[in-house]
Amino acid sequence: MVGTNSLYGPLDPARDAGYPDAPARMGFFTDTSVCIGCKACEVACKEWNQVPGTGLDLLGMSFDNTGALTANSWRHVAFVEQPRPIGQQSSPFVDTPTGPSVSAAAAAIGAGTKVDTGTKPGVPPAIEPDSAAWMAAGPEFPGMPGSQPPGRTGSANGRTDVRWLMMSDVCKHCTHAACLDVCPTGSLFRTEFGTVVIQEDICNGCGYCIPACPYGVIDQREGDGRAWKCTLCYDRIGVGKTPACAQACPTESIQYGALDELRERAQRRVERLHAGGVVEARLYGDDPNDGVGGDGAFFLLLDEPEVYGLPPDPVVTTRDLPKMWRRAGLAAVTMAAAVLAAFIRRSP
Amino acid sequence: MSERSERTIWLSSAAGKGRRGHDGRGEGGGEQATVPSAEFRSYYGRPIIKAPVWRREIPSYLFTGGLAAGAALLAAAADLTGRPALRRAGRLTALGAIGVSGYFLINDLGRPARFHHMLRVAKPTSPMSMGTWVVAGFGSAAGVAAVSEFASRLPGRDALGLARQGLPLAGRVAGFAAAGLAPALATYTAVLLADTAVPSWHEAYAHLPHVFAGSALASGAGVGLIAAPLAESGPARRLAVAGAALDLAGSHRLESRLGLLSEPYRVGRAGKLLRAGRILSVTGMLGALLGRRSRLASALSGIALLAASVATRFGIYEGGVASARDPKYTVTPQRQRREQAAVRVDHQERHVGSTSSSAP
Repeated sequence: MVGTNSLYGPLDPARDAGYPDAPARMGFFTDTSVCIGCKACEVACKEWNQVPGTGLDLLGMSFDNTGALTANSWRHVAFVEQPRPIGQQSSPFVDTPTGPSVSAAAAAIGAGTKVDTGTKPGVPPAIEPDSAAWMAAGPEFPGMPGSQPPGRTGSANGRTDVRWLMMSDVCKHCTHAACLDVCPTGSLFRTEFGTVVIQEDICNGCGYCIPACPYGVIDQREGDGRAWKCTLCYDRIGVGKTPACAQACPTESIQYGALDELRERAQRRVERLHAGGVVEARLYGDDPNDGVGGDGAFFLLLDEPEVYGLPPDPVVTTRDLPKMWRRAGLAAVTMAAAVLAAFIRRSP
Repeated sequence: MSERSERTIWLSSAAGKGRRGHDGRGEGGGEQATVPSAEFRSYYGRPIIKAPVWRREIPSYLFTGGLAAGAALLAAAADLTGRPALRRAGRLTALGAIGVSGYFLINDLGRPARFHHMLRVAKPTSPMSMGTWVVAGFGSAAGVAAVSEFASRLPGRDALGLARQGLPLAGRVAGFAAAGLAPALATYTAVLLADTAVPSWHEAYAHLPHVFAGSALASGAGVGLIAAPLAESGPARRLAVAGAALDLAGSHRLESRLGLLSEPYRVGRAGKLLRAGRILSVTGMLGALLGRRSRLASALSGIALLAASVATRFGIYEGGVASARDPKYTVTPQRQRREQAAVRVDHQERHVGSTSSSAP
């Protein structure tokens, strides 16, 4: 069952996991250029999967009040406001007396505050809240408010351009899934559709999958003790239905289907956007040669991945596992040799 | 010194990015210079990866597991070379430490009652699964070895008399079995930490096993220095020096060879713990060497070595957690890697372009 690319490189994950007659690999293509930030995906996911709510949280940093993917939020709509145009469009806010959705100071305070999501680590505070302030006020933000007249930062009246980036984040269902590789109970498994699912009756809450994930997707539910994440609606896709989030998406920003087909469709979409002048459009997670062997859920983004909270170049940690075991073996041999040397010398 | 230069390099690349991406907005001159150091990009400064949710039990286990391994090795070697007091101290410590380890490991689970689910599979890709089997095997062997120390207290007749006769040999075999598993027990935990997306753990995979091996030897030797009489503690002294030296050398590489990812090991609580560990290691080493005629000095240096191991394990643990919580450590190295890869592809394309154009 262990092939040459089992730990790294392009691979058909379902076949590698032992499904000789696996159906087509299924996945999501999330086209953020048409996302309107309605959060229907978040709600539909919670409803269908009976994910607990966390009450009314207002994070205060933007219109995003979810913060991150957690054990209790398997879809998360990121919201970014930038003082720049989308492609060559002009903003509807040109010369109108509008301000950003939050001030830089409010964003800094919001991002620096711990949120109680009922999960661990959930949505921890930013180490440097200044970077949230910078995010809310734009790239020329010179420090904390007050150090520049408002007109110069473009954060008050007379702003010229603004664009909103919205992105519905989800588990990536990696080709090489670190969470699955490191799970010591076999609770995490590869489905016949190539997706990665946690079996809740097996998980014993060891927490190893949580820091193993290069995207920060998996999280532990407090009180319950187990790890939870998106299942790509394994119960729905098994009977030919569309996952709840994709079904609920009103703009087809979330598209569900066979991964090969989605990749082709995404390629056409990005070419169309480039032709239309949106030169910053790019695909993320579509490449089978990337650090995780390509994502089962990939994205079309309009800025650098880290702006949306995605790692710029994730690599599955188990790529280096053979080297790690070899280094540990060397250290173990050194240890045994040190004991022999200490005892073989005759003591006085 | 190096912290500063890393920050500067990074800022200058960010400034370049700003100029390209924002159409000359950054050309204002003075503004770039006043950009706060936090101006690197992540989603509102929130972490990108999730930090481990393990509690204090896990760094504590890193210490107790290492201690059990070091003590079992010491006990087996003392058994072979006829040092009964050293052997006894080693065997009892090994059982005590692995017992406490088991408690820590089970108690830290989100669902402790399901700890036996760990025994459903044996997965080489999961260091935790491999570790479960090593701990289970080591624990059983260490248990028999420790119990055999009490064989002489059993009555000399009936079934117990039989046990009294058989136990010393069984203890000997079990002691060697435990010692055989001990190097694996002491070093697999390094792979456990490194096999995560936590930047300062993952990138340290080449150095962590040596730190953990050295720390385990030094703590095991520390028990020998505390418990064994001066006549038997010679090898424990040499082992203490070797272990502490291995630990110090490995920790130094952690703190200096990982570039930006060494920073979490030098600053904050992790930095303090690792500095304390270093001072205690050196103290224990010197005490072990110089205090060979004093039982008190030996015992004190043994205590210093144990404390050094605790401080080092918690320091490495905290350093990794700090690197996971700050998105700077996730984003910056990945960006650099991506930019270098882009440069490489660019060069290759240019090379291919020039050769094909020179062809007729």
